[in-house]
Amino acid sequence: MTTTSLEAVIVPRKRGGGRILKQLKGFGWMLVGLAVFLALWQFAASGEESVPTPLDAATTLGELWSDPFANSTNDKGIGLHLYISLQRVFLGFAAAAVVGITLGLLMGAIRPVWQAMNPIVQVLRPVSPLAWFPIWLYIIKDAGVSAVVVVFITALWPTLINTAAGAAAIPRDQRNVAKVFRFGPLAYLWHVLIPNALPLIITGLRLSMGIGWMVIIAAEMLSGNSGIGYFVWNSYNALELDKVVAAIVCIGVIGLALDAVLLRISRRVTLEEVRS
Amino acid sequence: MTIRITGIRKSFKQQDVLRGIDLTIQAGEFVSFIGHSGCGKSTLLNIVGGLTKPDSGSVLVNGQPVTAPGPDRAMVFQNYSLLPWLSLLANVRVAVREARPDWKRERVDEMTERYLTAVSLWEHRNKRPGQVSGGMAQRAAVARAFAVGPRTLLLDEPFGALDALTRSRLQQQLIELWGHESETETVLMVTHGLDEAILLADRIVVMSNPPYQSIRTIIGVPIPRPRHRTTIGHHPAYDEIQQQLVDLLIADHVEELAGAAA
Ligand SMILES: Nc1ncnc2c1ncn2[C@@H]1O[C@H](COP(=O)(O)OP(=O)(O)OP(=O)(O)O)[C@@H](O)[C@H]1O
Ligand SMILES: [Mg+2]
Repeated sequence: MTTTSLEAVIVPRKRGGGRILKQLKGFGWMLVGLAVFLALWQFAASGEESVPTPLDAATTLGELWSDPFANSTNDKGIGLHLYISLQRVFLGFAAAAVVGITLGLLMGAIRPVWQAMNPIVQVLRPVSPLAWFPIWLYIIKDAGVSAVVVVFITALWPTLINTAAGAAAIPRDQRNVAKVFRFGPLAYLWHVLIPNALPLIITGLRLSMGIGWMVIIAAEMLSGNSGIGYFVWNSYNALELDKVVAAIVCIGVIGLALDAVLLRISRRVTLEEVRS
Repeated sequence: MTIRITGIRKSFKQQDVLRGIDLTIQAGEFVSFIGHSGCGKSTLLNIVGGLTKPDSGSVLVNGQPVTAPGPDRAMVFQNYSLLPWLSLLANVRVAVREARPDWKRERVDEMTERYLTAVSLWEHRNKRPGQVSGGMAQRAAVARAFAVGPRTLLLDEPFGALDALTRSRLQQQLIELWGHESETETVLMVTHGLDEAILLADRIVVMSNPPYQSIRTIIGVPIPRPRHRTTIGHHPAYDEIQQQLVDLLIADHVEELAGAAA
């Protein structure tokens, strides 16, 4: 205890100074990168009248976020569109997580289930999720719900496949322990299968979330009248490319935030496992 | 519990690991298995445990053929095999609860506490396997096996990774647990330690690699119990048994080396 408090007094000041300098340096290089990027953009945009410059985009972004949740019949705010898209992604993602983890555990743990499902999974997985969209639209009739279903299908595969891989790789020792002490299905699930598969399950979820956020935009562009994808497409039709660019920035930032959250969870899980 | 092993054969990819094993172990007997690495000791134990199917032959426990693991035959594995995310307590308790679904909660808890205490781990019960030494993990695995109240215990080098001091203490604990403090009557134990085999066993089964039979010889240990590691060396039979074992194992080894050189 005494050593830690000593350290707390003495070391951080020294190390803290170094760390701040390092962070400043990193920040500096980030600014350099940003400046080069913006300069290239400016250069590319200056030839063509309709292509927005960085300044145009920034101005539009500011305007859009001055009243993000406006909700009149033909002028919904960008915040509202983003919120609707996020809702759809979460719904589809949650359904994919539940189904993907359940089926993945079954596939990984029970050989015949693997053999029955693997060919189907392998064929369906590479199909572009948008190819399904007409089918869902025809069956469901509602573009918003269809978009959720498309997200579900897209997000299903990474979670399913990663979970199955994790559940299939149980160390022989642990399988033997479960056999000798005759673990029932619940104990096997809870104490052997899930803890072993957990790191890969989280990896799968992270991939699913990323891909889901990508595909929702495309799905919303195809049909419907809400969501950030619709916003992009609508702005294009009105030839407001500055709005398109502003939306792209928002999409990128949100995608980054979603990934950061899942990355955090995955780090925690791996740390737990390493510590044990 | 009489264990009757007849005509067991097992090969892995052209390699004849068990080449006809016949052995009957009486209830209450302590039998040690000794032999060079790779001669099939773990394989034989796994077959008796019901984890591995033999190519041919059978294992009868009280006349019943072994087809799967059961709570009457608990195992301690060569590499302790605790579940890394569970505390030592949970490792034992979950195993007992699953192996003995008919036991009441109190009985499960009582057995768990009794054997964790017996191996001096009760104070450390809330630590995970990764937070304790190899010896403590090994002891937890021993406690887990005893706590399910098996009539037969199958031990695969349970003290292999331990320092000499801990090992001798655990050997003593094992004798006591087996002798009167548990329901366990019969013990089959794989070991690399000659001293350990003589100290613990009624009979020592010496196993060999080809060209010999899988069971090279069986040596009886006619030293009366209670035995103690400090005094057992004085018994007139001790040196003779030890010499016999050394000769068998060395002869094997020399032959192996010669084979490798040729
Ligand atoms: N599942 C398996 N698949 C293929 N070969 C195996 C398998 N299990 C054991 N073997 C082989 O069978 C032989 C005997 O293995 P076993 O583990 O029974 O030896 P052992 O006598 O216990 O050795 P050790 O003293 O090193 O533990 C070895 O050559 C090993 O490579
Ligand atoms: Mg072995």
